[in-house]
Amino acid sequence: MTLPPRAHVTRNERRFRFGAAALPYLLISPTLLFVTVFTLWPSVRVLYDSLFLQNQAVQVPRFAGIENYTALFQDPAFREVIASTVIYVLATVPVSVLLALILALLLNRKFRALGFYRLAFFYPTVLPMVSAATIWLFMYTPGYGLVNVFLEFFHLPSQNWLGSTNLALIALIILGIWKQTGYFMIFYLAGLQGLPHDVFEAAQLDGASAIQTTRYLTLPLLMGTTLFVTTIAVVNAFETVDQIYIMTGGGPNNATAMLLFSLWQTLFSFLDVGTASALSVILIVVLLIFTATNFVYTERRATYE
Amino acid sequence: MNETTKPGRSPRPSRFRLKSIFNALGLIVLAVIAIGWAIPMIWAMAVSAHPPDEPLSATNLWFGSRPTLENYATAFQIAPFAQYYLNTIIIVGGILVVQLITISLAGYAFARFEFRGQNVLFFLILLQLMVPASALIVPNYSTIRQLRLFDTLVAVMLPFFGSAFGTFLMRQTFKIIPRDLDDAAKMDGANWLQTLWHVYLPPARPAMTAFALSSISFHWNDFLWPLVVTNSTHSRPLTVGLAVFTQLGEIGAQWPLVTAGTVIVVGPLLLLFLIFQRQFIESFLHSGLK
Repeated sequence: MTLPPRAHVTRNERRFRFGAAALPYLLISPTLLFVTVFTLWPSVRVLYDSLFLQNQAVQVPRFAGIENYTALFQDPAFREVIASTVIYVLATVPVSVLLALILALLLNRKFRALGFYRLAFFYPTVLPMVSAATIWLFMYTPGYGLVNVFLEFFHLPSQNWLGSTNLALIALIILGIWKQTGYFMIFYLAGLQGLPHDVFEAAQLDGASAIQTTRYLTLPLLMGTTLFVTTIAVVNAFETVDQIYIMTGGGPNNATAMLLFSLWQTLFSFLDVGTASALSVILIVVLLIFTATNFVYTERRATYE
Repeated sequence: MNETTKPGRSPRPSRFRLKSIFNALGLIVLAVIAIGWAIPMIWAMAVSAHPPDEPLSATNLWFGSRPTLENYATAFQIAPFAQYYLNTIIIVGGILVVQLITISLAGYAFARFEFRGQNVLFFLILLQLMVPASALIVPNYSTIRQLRLFDTLVAVMLPFFGSAFGTFLMRQTFKIIPRDLDDAAKMDGANWLQTLWHVYLPPARPAMTAFALSSISFHWNDFLWPLVVTNSTHSRPLTVGLAVFTQLGEIGAQWPLVTAGTVIVVGPLLLLFLIFQRQFIESFLHSGLK
């Protein structure tokens, strides 16, 4: 921005120029303000707070270095939190993404009932997780919950799903899959619609079978969709909390206390600000590593393709 | 819904028959899964009409002997669902209105102005996409306390007034609009606000609609943040209200009542979804990011 020689700038003009230079800053200031107050500053603050002991025993924060972190990693309960979170992520993500792909492949044709199927698979996406979890709490009820009625119909033993340390996590995983598969399915359906016709026509002329076409054309061409959907799935899985609050309260025996729930519990049940801050930092770092890796991978793919 | 659906079809009859068997099998598998997917909601709706004095059992699982609306009346009596609806609508609407203003202004600045620190500032805003709000409840809760906003509707809305995703979306949308239009408006003496309003916003309407639908569905369903910053019926949204309702001691395991409460919360959503199915799905597709 070069100003003309000073002598020629009248007062009015100068004010106008100052206004023009300030305008973009004014325009972004509301966004910047809210992002600073509720994202940037708290990110720094949570890191800082995680270095202090602050809980019911230590009312005035006391600097403790990395003590909150070392205490966490020595705590068997925290190891359980990590284990259940990792199991949940490793179970829900591949199953729901794969199922979404299969459903999309089956649905990708013209037929009358398409609307019904799309509705049946997609509607859980629209429900708030809290309501979905309430419904599934009911589904898992011992005695007359539909899940157990279904098992008994096939002469399988009914289970106390949410009361068993082994099954409670599986129950949450099933809900997670039910809730999000339809969402991923529509991304695959959209991906399938966008595939180039000519490539498939050429394959058809060359006599490729349906399985060959799917394996060597459809799946590789849907790679971008898979990557995108997997990213969403992983981030969502790490942020699982609503259904734990509604269905298990982290129990039985801490078996379903995943990372974000444990964070909430540490702050509001145990009133331990230091440890809760350390947990926040851990959650942020995990998600950052994941999004960064994903970003780098996407960039590389984009460069080589 | 086009030719890509038929790759690999062979004119030879034997393979054709094999393919139609596979097709039929595929349809059966689909139907079974679809029914499994639909059942939880259908069951919840059926049980919400189950007479309260008739106990649920493995043999009396659905409507019971005489379907009734009694549970709905009781649910409305026990919990202020109307108030919760109002709260949710104010929260979601308030967030959206402020967001549309902030993202239009910021998007316009980043798309059409050159200013010092532009890239750094844009990057700082985009950091919001990397750090999820749910991981920041500890410091944000104490900020809300310090601002003396605890247990208010504003507390639920405030952290979401700035949106990195929205800013990014608007910037991309505005960048495509020809600069000539902008210059022409300036020649006619339009100031920046008039230019933004008459030149930039009209063609950005589809992007804003997609953003609006994704913002609405995210904040309508949000639970953890409102759970943390609300503590009474005058500020609680539907999601937290439902959680409180199902955990009331007096309700216990009265499932007809609990399912009625659930249907009160999701019924209107499902109805809207049924009517605007296509728009819903398209908006989800256009804004995969929350």
